[in-house]
Amino acid sequence: MSLIEIKNLHATVDGKAILKGVDLTINAGEVHAIMGPNGAGKSTLSYVLAGREGYEITEGSVTFDGQDLLSMEIEERAAAGLFLAFQYPVEIPGVSNTTFLKEALNAIRKTRGETPLDAMQFLKLIRAKAKDLSMNDEMIKRAVNVGFSGGEKKRNEALQMAVLQPKLAILDETDSGLDIDALKIVAEGVNRLRGPERGMLVITHYQRLLDYIVPDVVHVLANGRIVKSGGKELALELEAKGYAEFGVTEAA
Amino acid sequence: MRDEQNQTARNFVEQVVALAPALAGPRADGLDRFAKAGLPSTRAEAWKFTNLRGLDKLTLGPAPDAATVTVDAIPTALDTPAPRLVFVAGQYRADLSRVGDLPDGVVLTALTGETAPVAGDGPFRALNSALSSHGAALRVAAGVKLTSPVELVFIAATAGDKAALWNPRIIIEIADGAEATVVEHHVGANAGTYISNVVADVSVGIGARLHHYKLQAEGLDAWHLANVSTHLAQDAVYDTFVLNLGARLARHEARQVLDGTGIEARVSGAYAITGNQVSDITTLIDHAKPHCTSREVVKGVIDGAARAVFQGKIVVRPDAQKTDGYQLNRALLLSESAEINSKPELEIYADDVKCSHGATAGELDEDQMFYLRARGISRDAARVLLIGAFLDEALDEIIDETVRAHFRAQAEAWMGAR
Repeated sequence: MSLIEIKNLHATVDGKAILKGVDLTINAGEVHAIMGPNGAGKSTLSYVLAGREGYEITEGSVTFDGQDLLSMEIEERAAAGLFLAFQYPVEIPGVSNTTFLKEALNAIRKTRGETPLDAMQFLKLIRAKAKDLSMNDEMIKRAVNVGFSGGEKKRNEALQMAVLQPKLAILDETDSGLDIDALKIVAEGVNRLRGPERGMLVITHYQRLLDYIVPDVVHVLANGRIVKSGGKELALELEAKGYAEFGVTEAA
Repeated sequence: MRDEQNQTARNFVEQVVALAPALAGPRADGLDRFAKAGLPSTRAEAWKFTNLRGLDKLTLGPAPDAATVTVDAIPTALDTPAPRLVFVAGQYRADLSRVGDLPDGVVLTALTGETAPVAGDGPFRALNSALSSHGAALRVAAGVKLTSPVELVFIAATAGDKAALWNPRIIIEIADGAEATVVEHHVGANAGTYISNVVADVSVGIGARLHHYKLQAEGLDAWHLANVSTHLAQDAVYDTFVLNLGARLARHEARQVLDGTGIEARVSGAYAITGNQVSDITTLIDHAKPHCTSREVVKGVIDGAARAVFQGKIVVRPDAQKTDGYQLNRALLLSESAEINSKPELEIYADDVKCSHGATAGELDEDQMFYLRARGISRDAARVLLIGAFLDEALDEIIDETVRAHFRAQAEAWMGAR
């Protein structure tokens, strides 16, 4: 059964059409990658799926795990199992990582009808997950993303993903701002979450990330549409040839 | 038109004079000064943003006899019982108070009857001079460290639909090398309309330390007018914080004179208001001598059609070289009609000083809201988290951890109730 089915999705920002008919289906257990030039609509697609305000859906539908995703509130989407790993994780001074993640996890558990974790259970869980990502206690106690380096912010996204255990993880340019070591740690974190019941959508400009998170399917998004799909070899091809054949030229 | 305004402006004053008992000496002078000055109008610079016109619409009446008032709960910001003086409708209630075993050198007394008149500027000090009949005095002798905080609790009560007026007086004297913590509570959950006109005179001696905290949670029809004057001597540490949550209109006016070298003054506050509330925090930090530090963080959350005022003046006198002053004022506006009037004012007459100030006003950050909600946290819970984090930056200024936690709980209760 398909985990998410995006049909003919059109979206505008300030009256400007960005998505112009995106069709994409991801089944449970699959990892899809979306590649494309700057301005193709990659981030818009991720924000629209997560429910960010400021985007107008003018046409199309998105069915997520059997539900009409576009009619759901942002937090309902998260509770239903959709997770967006942000390209630019937001800093929240005054709110500690632990408080934030505990609120998030227990809110989601509550929606699922599960009992909330108490402080001790939660601490045990977050410590175990943090250790996998080489994050120490100090990092999980700090205010959310405040004073974090680019790599630490992305590890923090991976930590949240590991704690919240989403059904579909959307990784928006997760490789941006990462050196190779940080990239490996984050990619390992993501790979640990791969499983038969989980889907992933990896959005990236460069092929590099896909060496570590190897996709089942690669799509090319250009001018607001998916213009080509193929296997993982498509990513290598794009890296070599650029996006010229899709009517886009840009400096590499 | 002008005559008409003046006519109405006499209304409150006339009623006060008419209701006042027969006075003599300095008290009569106080009433006279109050009557002559009248209510400050918004034409006066210090009252530019806070309009007291509403006082003229009140019909004043006597306060109820405190002995007849049933008190269900006495607020505290502490985890363990501490010495306290309790006042109901402006009158001392010995039966609710607890003076206990204070260490030698510590005197905690209720002032009743002929409370010493105060001097000082302004109509409300004059009014307090004239009519104050109850108050509290804490005196700590040189070198004595009072480990348990002292609480001063003012519980409002009214009878009938007339507005009562009371004039509590607070005197705190911490002698050289002594230390104390004082927590004021001004509460009036279900009380009707009343005016609490508080005057506090504080002195902190050489090398002495005073932690002075105030929770203002008056009833929503109340007028809370407080005037605090603090004198600090060499090497004194003064750590003060006001949390304004209640009252229809609250003005907390605090003046501190740093009259010695090496003083550390921490003058901070927070507020959370909604509806038609007005919260005014007006401070003067007067650096009279060199090598002193002052730090002021005032932050607040404004919802509904509420309005906040912050006037923070820092004066650095010609002698006060090497002054280190810091001031931060931030407001979070939760609605379209919420309003903040912020007036930071630096008057620097010395040339070798470090003074910085900043003022911002803004709304909840949309990116932060989206991020929290994208992790499954509801809109309301996300707002509570962000508002709490915003206020924490001010509440963190409170040095006493227990009081800080209690004040934070009060702020959280406000967030939960809105």
